[in-house]
Amino acid sequence: MIEEQEMVGIEKRDLVEKVASLRSSGYRLVQICSTTMADRYEMNYSFDKDLKFKNLRFTVLPGEAVPSIGLIYGNAFLYENEIHDLFGITIEHMTTDFHGTLYKTRIPAPFAVQGPEFPVPVPPVPGPQEGGAGTDADAGAEGHHG
Amino acid sequence: MLTLVRRDIMAKKNIIPFGPQHPVLPEPIHFDLVTEDETVVDAIPVIGYVHRGLEKLVEKKDFNEYTYVAERICGICGFMHGFGYCQTVEEVMAVDVPERAVYLRTIWAELSRINSHLLWLGVAADAMGFESLFMHSFRLRESVLDIIEATAGGRMVFGCVKIGGVRRDIEGSVLRGIVVKLHELEPQIREITKVFLEDYSTRHRMEGVGVISKEDAYYMGMVGPMIRASGIPSDIRQIGYAAYKHVQFEPVIAQTGDCYGRCVVRVGEIFESINIVRQLVEKTPEGPIEVKVKGTPNGEFFGRIEQPRGEVIYYVKGNGTKFLERFRVRVPTFANLPGMIRALKGSQIADVPVIILSIDPCISCTER
Repeated sequence: MIEEQEMVGIEKRDLVEKVASLRSSGYRLVQICSTTMADRYEMNYSFDKDLKFKNLRFTVLPGEAVPSIGLIYGNAFLYENEIHDLFGITIEHMTTDFHGTLYKTRIPAPFAVQGPEFPVPVPPVPGPQEGGAGTDADAGAEGHHG
Repeated sequence: MLTLVRRDIMAKKNIIPFGPQHPVLPEPIHFDLVTEDETVVDAIPVIGYVHRGLEKLVEKKDFNEYTYVAERICGICGFMHGFGYCQTVEEVMAVDVPERAVYLRTIWAELSRINSHLLWLGVAADAMGFESLFMHSFRLRESVLDIIEATAGGRMVFGCVKIGGVRRDIEGSVLRGIVVKLHELEPQIREITKVFLEDYSTRHRMEGVGVISKEDAYYMGMVGPMIRASGIPSDIRQIGYAAYKHVQFEPVIAQTGDCYGRCVVRVGEIFESINIVRQLVEKTPEGPIEVKVKGTPNGEFFGRIEQPRGEVIYYVKGNGTKFLERFRVRVPTFANLPGMIRALKGSQIADVPVIILSIDPCISCTER
């Protein structure tokens, strides 16, 4: 074991209170991340103090909002916007809200529980059948770009 | 009356776009700099121009194959990413990596740190308009790249690390040769770093610029040279992962919290890394370099390592199949961005390039 890590399961409603308590105890926020599960998301809030790692954890259902901890930790807004953009989870009262523009992903919320909605592929346009001034390679290229 | 009018004019705010393409930015990141006259009063970062979705890719790549992807998260500290990923997966799978492999990984990691810091010194010199200093930094960095190439086969992507150990061994004579080479390089590096730390013009560009207080650095979650430059000796190597538990070293810190302090820390870390490599080479045991890994990862772990830019967190969650359920990387630049915004507030517009460079931004990592 490289290091002991404390994993603490909490209720979502206790998040802000627990985080405020950690801040007053001298912990710093080192990361927030989410994991897609079968029908919900697992939220992980990780803290460090004197090289001791502590993680708060709870789950949320799709469509369920999570309170922001941005007023407690000034660096939380970046993690919260990331989770919003990649997972589609609503974070309430973020201190800086990018409104879904932090990541410019082609597919919105690629980590969402229901799975990413891939764009419908456009069927290739057939090139000229034969003849004309161009070669076969030219025809293929035209078809690709068309 | 005149004073009031002047104040009204000065209070007018402008937004100056900085990036995503800018001479000091090797990679795309954008800032909306809110300014009052020449003073920056706020900065809003915009990332995501080249987001690659590598964390999502883990769902379709065998966990062994993903090592290759992890090594390509970044061009400068690619080895560190592969190393951190493998170490975290090994922790989940309870793999006992042979000691020799652990030492070789740590040596390559410290060579990566020297490479990265020399690169930063060059880029910083370039940003300050000190072209000859940039050239000298890159000349010395080339010697470090030669060592890496001779031992790993690659200059940027090492391809040496695997789950269960390393792919390549380094012979004892080559290991001793590394120490000799670094011994020759040390005075040359000292000569150029003296310019960074003592020259009037470099000090003028860095001293008192982009100051971050000790409290801000800590509670804004800053990492690496950024937090250490503000007087906090936070260094994940102290938890004793890999072979760091077998060597003596102290985190390099500065007290000023400004760009100069960050330069002092990086310069100090180059020599500390050389010192660590010397100790590692002396203690590297004989033995196998890899162990056969059986099974698939089932469980989770937050792996932490200290990269040149600071602490990285790898979250690995396996479900017993060959595809990981979740792989998340929290890179140092991402952690340092909020603190950098704090550093930009109150700075002069002419100092913005140096402040941004002082965090050693790696957008490739950030856009993993």
